[in-house]
Parts: sequence; C-alpha cells; structure tokens
Amino acid sequence: MRNELILAILALVILAAEIFTTAGNKHKIITWSAVLFAAATVAGFLPHPEGELFGGSYRTDQMTVVMKNILNLGVLIVFLQSFDWLQRKENHDKISEYFLLVITTLMGMDFMISSGDFLMMYIGLELATIPIAALAAFERFSSKSAEAGIKLILTSALSSGVLLFGLSFIYGTTGSIYYADIAPQVAVNPLQTLGFIFFTAGMAFKISLVPFHLWTADVYEGAPVNVTSYLSVISKGAASFTFLIILYKVFGELLAVWQPLLYTLALATMTIGNLFAMRQDNFKRFLAFSSIAQAGFILLGILQAGNLGSTSVVYFVLIYVFTNLAVFGVVSAVSHATGKENISDYKSFYLTNPRLSLTMLMGLFSLAGIPPVAGFFGKFFLFTSAASAGYYILVFIAVLNATISLYYYLKPVRAMFIDKTDTPIATFRTSLPTRISLVMCLAGIFLVGFMSIIYEFIHAASFGL
Amino acid sequence: MNILNLFVIIPVVTMAAILFTKDLRGARLVSAVGMGLQLIAAVVLIFSFFALRKAGDSAEFLFYSDVTWFESLNIHYAIGVDSIAVWMIGLASVVVFAGIFASWQMEYLSREFFISLILLATGVFGFFISLDLFTMFLFYEVAVIPMYLLIGIWGSGPKEYSAMKLTLMLMGGSALLIVGLLGLYFGSAQAGEVTFNLLELSRINFPVTMQRFFFPFLFVGFGILGALFPLHTWSPDGHASAPTAVSMLHAGVLMKLGGYGCFRVAMFLLPEAANEMAWIFLILTTISVVYGAFGAIWQKDLKYINAYSSVSHCGLVLFALLMMNQTAMDGAIIQMISHGLMTALFFALIGMIYSRTHTRNINEMGGLMKVMPFLAVAYMIAGFASLGLPGLSGFVAEMTVFIGSFQHQDLFHRVITIIATLSIVITAVYILRVVGKILLGELQNPEHQKLGDALWFEKLSLVLLILPIVAMGTLPLFLSNTILDALKPIVERLTAMI
Repeated sequence: MRNELILAILALVILAAEIFTTAGNKHKIITWSAVLFAAATVAGFLPHPEGELFGGSYRTDQMTVVMKNILNLGVLIVFLQSFDWLQRKENHDKISEYFLLVITTLMGMDFMISSGDFLMMYIGLELATIPIAALAAFERFSSKSAEAGIKLILTSALSSGVLLFGLSFIYGTTGSIYYADIAPQVAVNPLQTLGFIFFTAGMAFKISLVPFHLWTADVYEGAPVNVTSYLSVISKGAASFTFLIILYKVFGELLAVWQPLLYTLALATMTIGNLFAMRQDNFKRFLAFSSIAQAGFILLGILQAGNLGSTSVVYFVLIYVFTNLAVFGVVSAVSHATGKENISDYKSFYLTNPRLSLTMLMGLFSLAGIPPVAGFFGKFFLFTSAASAGYYILVFIAVLNATISLYYYLKPVRAMFIDKTDTPIATFRTSLPTRISLVMCLAGIFLVGFMSIIYEFIHAASFGL
Repeated sequence: MNILNLFVIIPVVTMAAILFTKDLRGARLVSAVGMGLQLIAAVVLIFSFFALRKAGDSAEFLFYSDVTWFESLNIHYAIGVDSIAVWMIGLASVVVFAGIFASWQMEYLSREFFISLILLATGVFGFFISLDLFTMFLFYEVAVIPMYLLIGIWGSGPKEYSAMKLTLMLMGGSALLIVGLLGLYFGSAQAGEVTFNLLELSRINFPVTMQRFFFPFLFVGFGILGALFPLHTWSPDGHASAPTAVSMLHAGVLMKLGGYGCFRVAMFLLPEAANEMAWIFLILTTISVVYGAFGAIWQKDLKYINAYSSVSHCGLVLFALLMMNQTAMDGAIIQMISHGLMTALFFALIGMIYSRTHTRNINEMGGLMKVMPFLAVAYMIAGFASLGLPGLSGFVAEMTVFIGSFQHQDLFHRVITIIATLSIVITAVYILRVVGKILLGELQNPEHQKLGDALWFEKLSLVLLILPIVAMGTLPLFLSNTILDALKPIVERLTAMI
C-alpha cells in the first residue's frame, strides 16, 4: 500500500503547490515534481511487506511490487522527457495538472495490479483511464489532440462497459467478486466462458490487441508526444500485468478456453500490427502500430500459463519500458526542438545529431530484438515460454513477424544513416532532463539483458497457474 | 583466464578505443593494432591447442569453461574449441586483419565503419568459441546485423535494396533457427534438466519424430547463411553492393558460420533426421554448386562473378557435409577455410582494382598486368586456387570432397557427385575468361596507363591471404589430420545411425 499512499500524498502536495505558487514560479513545479517522484521511485525499492487489506480486496506480494517499480521507473523517465514540453508558454498554466493527472492514473494502475476483487480492479481501471483522456486532449487549441481525447474516452467507456458486462456473468454464476472465491468456482461452462470472453474483449481494448486496436493509431497521433509515450508504455504495461494476474489467478480453470483464444489474438495482433506499421511515415503512428505488434508478443508469454510465462512477460515489459521510451525520448526531443514528427524528416540525422541518432538506433534495434541489446533477451524468453508450452508453429510465425518488423524498424535507421538530404534537422542541444532520461534508457537497454540477476529476481517472484 | 575470452574481449576493447579516436588515421591504427593482437592471440591459440593435444589431452573440446548466466533457464556462457573451431578462428583473424588493411583509405565516417566491422568480427569469433547454443545464437545475430549498416552506408550500387534483402533473408534464417534451438532445448528435458549446452545435447538421442520436425528448421536456418539453393539470392546482391572489407569478411568468414552451424548443430545433434533427409538437401546443394558456377559465367561485374562463385563453393561445403563420411566432411572443412581465404583475396583484389579503374565491368578493362603486375599476379593466384590448381588450397579441398563423395557405392550419390564435379570445369571457364580478359592482352583503356600498382598496405593485406593459401596447398597433411580428429565424434554419431 505504501506506493499508492506516497503517490496520493505526492498528488496532494502538487495540488497544494499549485495553489500557493505565484504565476512566475510555476515552472519550478516541474523540477520539484520530478525530484519528488524520483524519491518515490527510489522508495519503491525499499523492502516491502506482503499481505492483504480491506478484507482481501487489496493484496500485495513480491511480484506486484516489482510491477509497480517498473511502472514507476517508466513514469520517471516520461516526466524527465516532458520538461521541454511543459516549459513552453502555452502549457504554463497547466503544469501541475499534467503531473496530477499522470500520478493519479499511475495510482489507478497500481490499484489494478494489486486488486484482490473485481470491484477494486474496476475502480483502478477507471482511475487509470479517464484522466488519460484529459491528458490526450491536453493541447487545447489543437483539434487533433481534442479528437484523440474524445476517441480515447469513448472507446474506453465502451470497453469498460463490455468488461463489466462480462464480469456480471462471472458474478452471477459465482456469487462473489473476490478472486479467491471465484477461482475455485470457475469451470468451462457456457455462461462463464461467455463472461470471460467479454472480460477479455474489455481488456483487449486497453492493451490494444487486434481487433480491438482501432483507436490506437489516431489517439497516439493526436496526443502530445509525452502523453503518447505514457500511453504506449505505462498504460499498456499495467493493463498487460493486470490481464496476466487475473488470467492466472482467477481464470486458471478456463485454460482450455483462453489458450486458443490468446493464440489467435497473438497471431492477429502481431501480424496486423506489423503490416500496418510498414506504411506509416508519422513517427507516432509508426510507434502506435509497433506497440500493437509488441503487445502480440506479450501474449506469447501469457499463453504459457506458468512461472516461465509470467517471468518473461514482466521482464519483457521492463525492457520495453526502457526501449520504447528511448525511441520516444528522441522523437519528443526532436518534436519540441523542430516540430518535425515524420520519419522522412530524419534524413541525415546522424550527421547533425550523432548521439540522438545512436540512442534511437539502439532503441530501434532493441524493439526489433537484435542482440546484444536487451530487446533480444526479452523476445527470446517470450519465445522460450511459448515453445515450452509446445507452440512451435506460433513461435515460428512470431519470429517471422519479428523479421518483418525489422523491415520497418530499419526505415528510420535508413533515413538517419543512409539517406542524404540538403535540409537535415539542424544540430541542437537537448536539455539536461532529456539527456538524463536517455542515459537511463540506454543503461537499461544495455544492462537489463546481460545482467541475468534481474531476470532471476523477477523469476523468484513469479507465479504460475 | 581462459585464452578464448580474449577473442571477445579484444574486439570489444578495440571498439571502445576507436570511439576515442578523431579521424581515419587514428581509427585505422587502433583497428589494426587491435586486430593484430587478435591475430597473435589466434596464432598462440593454435600452437597451445596442438601442444595440449600432443601432450595427450583428448577431451573433445579444449579450453573448456562454463559460467552460469541465466540460472533458472539453465543458460550458460560455455566456451571451448576443437581443432575445427581453432582453424576457423585462425581463418577469421587473418581475414579480419587483412580486411582492416583493405579499408585503409575509408574516408567517409571512418570510425563508424571500423566499429561496425569489428562488431561483425566479434560476432564471428564469439560464434566459433561458443558451446552453449544460446550464446552461439546471440553471437550469430550480432554478426548479421552490422551488415545492414555496413552495406547501406558504405556500399555501392543498389545498396539499400541489397542491404535490406540480405538482412531480412538472414533474419528469416534465424527465425527458423530459434524454433530449432528451442526444440532442442525443450527436447533435452528427457535427459533431466533442459539445456542449451552442445556437449550435453550431443549425449542425448532424441526421438526420431522430433528430429524429423526440427532438423529442417536448423539445417535450412543455418543453410541460408551458407547460401543454400534456392535461398542464396541475398548473396550475389549483398556481396556486390558491400564495401571491400565487408565482402571479404562476409563471403570469407560469415558464410562459414552457416556451414559450421549445419554440421555442428543440425547434423551432429539430430543425426537420424540428417541421414533421412540428406538426399533432399543433397539435390539442393548440387544445384547450388552447378547453378552458382553457371551464374558466374554470365556476369560482367567482377563482384557478381565472385559472389556467384561463392554460392557454388559454399554449396560444395554443404554438399560435402551431407555426404557424411570422414573424407568428404574433412574436405568440407578444408573447403571452408580455403574458400574463406581465396574469396577474401578475390574481394580485396576487386576492391583494389575498382579503386583504381572505377569500373568493375570486365568488358571495360584489359591488359592490367602491364600496369599493376602485383595485383594481377595476386589475382591469378586467387583464380588458380579457385579453379583447383594443384599446389594451392582449392585443389586439396575439392579433391578431398570429391573422393569422399565417390566413396558412396550407390547410384544416387555417384550421379550427383559426377554432376557436382562438372562445376570444376565451369569454374575454370569463368576464372580463365576473367583472367584473360582483364589481365592479359593489350591495354584496353589508355586512361589505365596512369594507374599505379599496389601500395604497401594493400600488399600486406594480399600477402597475408596468399601465404596460407599456398601453405594449405603444399602442406595439407597436418591440417587434414587435425580436422579428422575433430570430426571423429561427429562422423561416428552420424554413421552409427545407418
């Protein structure tokens, strides 16, 4: 509970600070919020008690702590990357709102992960979703941003409805909302299977699995870059964690139903995400489809239904946080410095900004799963867990998809390193917070793979059916 | 410390050191020193390896060491070498060192070029020392990916197309490999704990149904890198577009990773399936051998000629491996080393000639012997080695391969051996045609009169490659015997099944 309490206090402190600072001092809130949040992130790594609260609606164990720490780290990096953007004039009057909204959603995600009943999970889900719509519509004078906000809120309302509808079946057949009470009563029967499928559809909206992905690209494109990175990394990671926990802990008996279901979803998500990513030129849309494809890979881990699966999913998300935020960090730095957001704008980028290009290169290689960077290990272990369940054909198709994904991940590489242009993006200096965030990402990209101790740590906390 | 670790540490340190250089002079000096040390380490390794063997250490792999990496998955960093790996490391060090000198005047983004080149080399060395299939695969991919940047940035011609084609096809190969490796990994559970360790896997007799399923994945996966027909198409385009040193390294060493993986992993670990399916792949490799040679006849670009001849020669490696007897496999390994050296020599020479004449079209050159005698003689030596002139390495290799292949008594093997032998004649046609056209006769382009002969660094690079070719051609016995030693367990496992 400590993590949530700290976040709640932090949110209140920022709210108070907003009230008591004068207009000229607003920009100080940015630094202070980031510093305080960094402290909160560090506090997350302190030893943590395990147990239940509120009669079992809230529980915490080693794994939930690991998951929350991963999300905290990601949010810290997102905060560091949003300095430039928040310091702009048009955002001056809503700096604390940004932090407030992000921290609130993060709290919601923590509740989702730690939930012990469906009520808590649903409250967490709503808390994690509704403020994001406000964030997506953060740029008041941009119609695309407003469109993104509306699209996000409408689709999440629909998906929440679908999810609740599914849960009502589960409640109706078992008479309880507590995971511990439901799990023994779940069996393969038509009513519960139907309820489960609706539940999965609702979650699939949040993780943006095909065919529930249609909102993703537009929302990602319209929202401000830093909100997009938050959506694609933190929000998706939290939803995957929750899905994993509930599948394993509640619907274990429905294994025979959800393995083929996830098999199909994984196939569709990887393939369609990849095929659409190939044609994108806008970086945010490109990353939207790439993140859809990556979600397909995550399903490969969930599918395994054992310790190997849960370990590889959490490990992959950890790597994905660093990797995707490295790419987003560069995109956001370029977007704030020059306003350019298209891949074709990045021609000859290496000649003018070598360090940023190399960071981007590492990020893209890690997304594509190329050794020696961490993405390779993340993907390989996902494949390993799927193979351990005997899904060799699925693994083969997944690796083929990884090869296809290499095609489009190499497109920005080609633009940056190979293509020539007379008007490249001019050399510019990134701000200190951005640089810190990119160094953190690079450290993660290089170290998380090689340092097997991290994998072993997650494995020690892992759970299976 | 285990000497084998040096082969990963030295390149990594060299890459880090290049970061601190400022320009071409610094970068090439650091690379030359680093890869020179690597070459010395390789020579030391060869001598100490055979000293140990002579002292009676008969373990299958020497310099074995094993560090646990991912404990819960039982993934290790396990290294060790037998004599085949030792020779491969020697080959790679020579080619890399020569490659550094062949790119002595790489002006554009020189630091980045040398770093990528050495990263590629790291992957190659790491692959040959690994005994754990996970690390082996990791290094394999490390070796493949810098190719995209190397061809894309520093290449010529349709370089983006070639770079993308090569990368995607080779990565498609590793898609097959991952499935095969995971199949072995989880298949090993029948003997207790799951493992990626090659030695432990080689003690397991996998069920035949499982072997039948996974063998094609592994063999084709590695075979793509070994230019297995019809998946060889990345090779001509890739080699033709790549800068000199990269073609040298890629055709000379990287393609050997494919052949090496085919027998070390696919055939060694899944012997029954290898015996059952050999005939399919034998037909494909026979096509490779003959088709590659015919392809070379039709080309006008020097690099394409050599690239197709690589397809033919690398096809011969796989062909000989699939014959699965001691002589033929011995020949296959010798062919790998021999082809590695001579194709590196070819590409180095083509790069040097191109940097002078600015054309690779054989119809636009003639009589170069008169203006650049050193390069011309070196080219002839490479050519003669390639067409199998006695006294040079190619003869030893091909002779052993074909004798070994003909030892089979049945009609099928004899017929395809005879077909494959045709490639010798065709090779002679395209080699002699090129030699006659561009080196001999009257000087065709008066502009070429002004061109100079090889500079010191070019000569160094060429001599380094020619020496072992001649040594192998004249004194092949030691090499052949040591390879036979290392092949014994593999051949035993393969023939025990028949």
